[in-house]
Amino acid sequence: MTGDYFALLRLLAPEAIVALTALIVLGADLMRGGRQPLPLRMSAGAWITVIGCALAFFIPAPGAAASALATGVFTSNPLIHIAKQIILLLTAATAILSISGRFTNHAGEYFSLLLFSTLGMLFLVSADNLLMVFLALELTSLCLYVLTAFDKRSVASAEAALKYFLFGGVSAAFLLFGFSLIYGVTGEIQLTAIASSLQKSNGHDSLIMAALVMVAIGFGFKVAIAPFHLWAPDTYQGAPTPCAAFIASGSKVASFFILARLAFTALVPSAGNGEWARFTPGWMPVLALCAALSMILGNVAAIAQSSVKRLLAYSAIAHAGYMMLGVIAGGYTGKTAQAITPLLFYVSTYALTTLATFGVVMVVECDQGHDRLDSFAGLRSRSPLLALCMLIFLLSLAGIPPLAGFFGKFYLFTAIVGAAPNDLGLLWLVILAIAASAVSLYYYLQILKQIYVADSPTGTSELTVPASVTAMAVFSAVAILLLGCAPNILIDPFAAAVRLAGF
Amino acid sequence: MLAWTIYLSFLGVVVLMCLPRENARSARWVALATALGGLVLAIGGFLAHKPGAQIITVARLPWVPSLGIEYHLATDGISIVLVLLTGLAAVTGILFSWNIEHRAKEFFAFYLALIGGVYGVFLSFDLFLLFVFYEIAIVPKYFLIAIWGSTRREYGAMKLALYSFVGSGMVLIGLIAAFIVAGGKTMNLIELAKFPFPPSFQNWAFPLVFVGFAILAGLWPFHTWAPTGHVAAPTAASMLLAGVVMKLGAYGALRVAMTLFPLGLAFWRHEIALLAVIGIVYGATVALVQRDFKFVIGYSSVSHMGFVLLGMMTLSQIGLSGAVLQMFSHGIIASLLFAVVGRMVYDRAHTRELSELQAMNLSKALPFASVTFVIASVASMGLPGFSGFVAELQVLIGAWQTFPALAILAGCGIIIGVAYTLRVILKAFFAEADTPLVELEHPLAPITTPERIGAILLMGTSLLVGLYPRILLDLIVPSLETPLMQTMWKGGVQ
Repeated sequence: MTGDYFALLRLLAPEAIVALTALIVLGADLMRGGRQPLPLRMSAGAWITVIGCALAFFIPAPGAAASALATGVFTSNPLIHIAKQIILLLTAATAILSISGRFTNHAGEYFSLLLFSTLGMLFLVSADNLLMVFLALELTSLCLYVLTAFDKRSVASAEAALKYFLFGGVSAAFLLFGFSLIYGVTGEIQLTAIASSLQKSNGHDSLIMAALVMVAIGFGFKVAIAPFHLWAPDTYQGAPTPCAAFIASGSKVASFFILARLAFTALVPSAGNGEWARFTPGWMPVLALCAALSMILGNVAAIAQSSVKRLLAYSAIAHAGYMMLGVIAGGYTGKTAQAITPLLFYVSTYALTTLATFGVVMVVECDQGHDRLDSFAGLRSRSPLLALCMLIFLLSLAGIPPLAGFFGKFYLFTAIVGAAPNDLGLLWLVILAIAASAVSLYYYLQILKQIYVADSPTGTSELTVPASVTAMAVFSAVAILLLGCAPNILIDPFAAAVRLAGF
Repeated sequence: MLAWTIYLSFLGVVVLMCLPRENARSARWVALATALGGLVLAIGGFLAHKPGAQIITVARLPWVPSLGIEYHLATDGISIVLVLLTGLAAVTGILFSWNIEHRAKEFFAFYLALIGGVYGVFLSFDLFLLFVFYEIAIVPKYFLIAIWGSTRREYGAMKLALYSFVGSGMVLIGLIAAFIVAGGKTMNLIELAKFPFPPSFQNWAFPLVFVGFAILAGLWPFHTWAPTGHVAAPTAASMLLAGVVMKLGAYGALRVAMTLFPLGLAFWRHEIALLAVIGIVYGATVALVQRDFKFVIGYSSVSHMGFVLLGMMTLSQIGLSGAVLQMFSHGIIASLLFAVVGRMVYDRAHTRELSELQAMNLSKALPFASVTFVIASVASMGLPGFSGFVAELQVLIGAWQTFPALAILAGCGIIIGVAYTLRVILKAFFAEADTPLVELEHPLAPITTPERIGAILLMGTSLLVGLYPRILLDLIVPSLETPLMQTMWKGGVQ
């Protein structure tokens, strides 16, 4: 490392801004917040968060020379930069959703924890060695555990956090064990160095296989993929809704991004083969099985749910399965670039959709006191605009054109089938995914049936929707429609970044 | 210009959404104006279409270049005929839903969204675009039935939505696989049809895609959504379901499955022809024993759509042109039948049980309805002079040349068709005096002007096509020779 600290600061500018904002939020609330009413403190915290995220968002991507300053620890390239921007956007959106939240009196702590977990995610996507991956992951997770428990008046919130924490702790142990095995075999912790070392040893050491399974368990927990998903329904249901939304969106984007980077840059030599009837050991068959299980289990279990947040949790498990397909497709040499763009497109549009959906759920839950399916009854007459937004979100999740969810699925599926084009070896995963998404339409329609078909119970009046949620929902709905009709808006910059990143 | 049929429909949806709440009158007029605009454009396109084996591009823009997806709208004789059908069904459907008061604005918004999707399917020559429009049509159907429907509406609506979605899922699998096998460069239907897909691939891709589409065309044994869906749907929606949505399936099967996978078609055509004939006979037989008036028409739709699929499987010019003609003809006649049952009879008598209708002596109470129904049903059973006759005759001739045994069975289906039609006419309208007539508490409301206009429009069209089928056939027949269909003839016919 050179001694040019200014250049280093320049490289770390987004992270530095987010860390500073976290401290400012905390300080401002401590100094000035004490005598102010809670709504004011919440909106002040939220707006400081939004401004911080916006500043970090508009920092231009560092050049190639600057990116190489901390090689081996922390790296950057246009692709990583885009991932960071997505995470910052999601954090800002979560902060806006939190404005109307009444689950805590500790506005400053809440927003600073939110920002610290964002900081963890920013470091995570930039991490260049296994140690950094682990540290960043833990920073993110610890903040999220606390955020989950933030509603101190709710037993469910505490229970959710405890579950999340216990599962998270165990999975972190698995991850660390996996990493240590990788280090033991290769003698390296830097990502590309691991790849070249594995290349030499042909990548099929049995210790490496054990390490891969453990890493898969660790990340499987983070992205909530079956069979490591058990925490997700309870956490989504119990956590304060904006926190659940953040876990479902920001955390997912960051975890998938680093999982994909790890798979494509460090572990490619041990990919194995996930094609039907041609399985060979490696991370591909492991992830393929997890993905298949996730798609089936997530979609089938969602049918039985009566709580909308639990339903969204199972739907998130199913969606994690679809996304995992993108990671598998990228493991093929020469196909990585074709897989990253759809993966990123899918993950980011999904994150936006699910975040906005949670926003709507939050409003309904505040009004009705619970999030059962029937609390949505007659939403279309109580708030036509919100009902229309919800229609767009849920249909996008189900994959109905012309919404972003449909194009994302289509794009991802073509990438997967195209990864092994000669005998369509990966088609089995796509068949499974499409069959599973046919199931998913059923439960999304169950919610929409409540909204559009059922009449609102007598005695309910027009729903009061906070302006922040309305703005979020309308923005997301327009974005989803626009991205579905003109996906090039995202595809072109993503594809350009992938090219520049050298895949 | 034809592209505006699509844009106009979606524009109508937006305008309707902006209207003030619960203003049924203005919603109706906006919807009617939109649909009429679509019909005028469709008629204009129809008259301007020169017969010939060419595909006329309407709009072509790059959409997602990295996947070779284009926004490509075009027409040939087949699609222009079906666009015309859609325009007619859309306008008459609105005329027959003039009495909708409950959430009228939303009703017409969903209705026009469905119409827009249907126009889009018939005009798309890019596989991806076609699929997008095909799926757009699913959700409005669900809400139209679930909100405004009758008997077991939520069940019928969900069943229809899931059947459609599973069908389109099957299509999507085949479509992605075909796209990748052909090199992943283009989604253009004409380009893809030129690609020689390996026979082993075609042998599984063809049934997948064909059945995926044909589910919506009521192919036996995947037809079960059709009767329940039709019965549950409000009048305008069942008119659209039978009138145009079932044609979407048949059209997709013809336009995509058969042109892309001619070898698969040759491999599977006997089996599918058999299924089609089973559908003809089964639908007719089941219709014979129904007690609910609307179920009779629902099953008769399954039976008549069997002729479309049978005609397509003959792979002869006469059979295929008969199939397309039957799509148009059934679209008109089924719309009319559902209009009589759902709007003219059920909305007034509040029952569809044939045994109860028997006691009402409807031929006296609703003379216009009974005359319309008699005309529609004789057209449906294939009386010369109406469109159904020409279409089914062509299909039968085509089938006789290729599958004589199946043609005989299909002929039996027509005879059963006569039986159930006569039974339902007698029971519903001209009950014998031996059943005691009940005095109705309230006299039935007279048939309104919008209903009369709609019925006359549909009857006139059926008669016109029946007397002068060349008005459509002159466009359909040359279109079977377009570059897109060439491969089907070369590869499919041994």
